[in-house]
Amino acid sequence: MEDKPKKLAMVVFSGTVDRLFPVGILASGAVAMGMDVEIFLTFWGLQAFAKRSQGMPPKFSVDYADMAPMFAQVLKEKNVPSPIETLRTAKQLGNVKVYACTMTMDLLGQTKEDFIDLVDDTAGVGEFMDRAKDAQTTLFI
Amino acid sequence: MIQESVAAARIVDARGSVCPGPLMALIGAVREQGVGDVIAVYSTDTGSRKDIPLWVQKAGHELVGTYDRGGYTEFVVRKKR
Repeated sequence: MEDKPKKLAMVVFSGTVDRLFPVGILASGAVAMGMDVEIFLTFWGLQAFAKRSQGMPPKFSVDYADMAPMFAQVLKEKNVPSPIETLRTAKQLGNVKVYACTMTMDLLGQTKEDFIDLVDDTAGVGEFMDRAKDAQTTLFI
Repeated sequence: MIQESVAAARIVDARGSVCPGPLMALIGAVREQGVGDVIAVYSTDTGSRKDIPLWVQKAGHELVGTYDRGGYTEFVVRKKR
C-alpha cells in the first residue's frame, strides 16, 4: 500500500556549530515528514561526533567570528539543544542512520569506539553512495 | 475566546523550545498515546504554526483546533491511527 519512504542524504564535512545545527534540524524535518535519513560523517563533521569532543564549547566558523559570542549567548539563554541532541531526538523518532567515514578514521588512527553511540556504523564512500543513490534530496554540509 | 471543549489525554508544554522542538515533542507524544486520544501541545515557536498542521495532515491525524492563547499557541490533535 504505502510507497517506499523518501530519503534525505547528507554528507557532513563541517564541524562547526553553525553548520551542524542544520544537520540536526533538517534530519528532524525529514523524519517528521516520514523520510528516511542517511548521514555520512567525514573529516571535521566526524570529529564533532568523537567522544573527546563532547562537552567542549561550541566551535564557530571563523567566517562568523564577529557574531560568535552573541550567538553563543543566545543559544545558552534560550536553552537551545545542541545539534547532537537534536539529531538524537530525530533518531529516536525516525529512521536515521549515521555512518563514520573510514578514510578519515584511517588517516587519524580512529576506531568506531572513538565515537558516540549516535554513529551506527562505519562506511566507505562507495557504500554510502550506494545507500544515498536513491535519495530525493542530497546535501553536502 | 473560544473555549476548548475536548479533554486532552496529554498536554505537551513545549513553550520556550525552538524549532523543531515542539513538533518533535508532539510526534513523540502522539506515538506514545493510544488511537483516539487527544493531545494538546503549547508552543511559542513561530514555525510550529505551519509545521504542526502540516505534520498532522501528513501523518493522518486530526487537527481539532489551533488556539491563540496570548503569548503562545495551543494545538489540539486527535490521534487517528
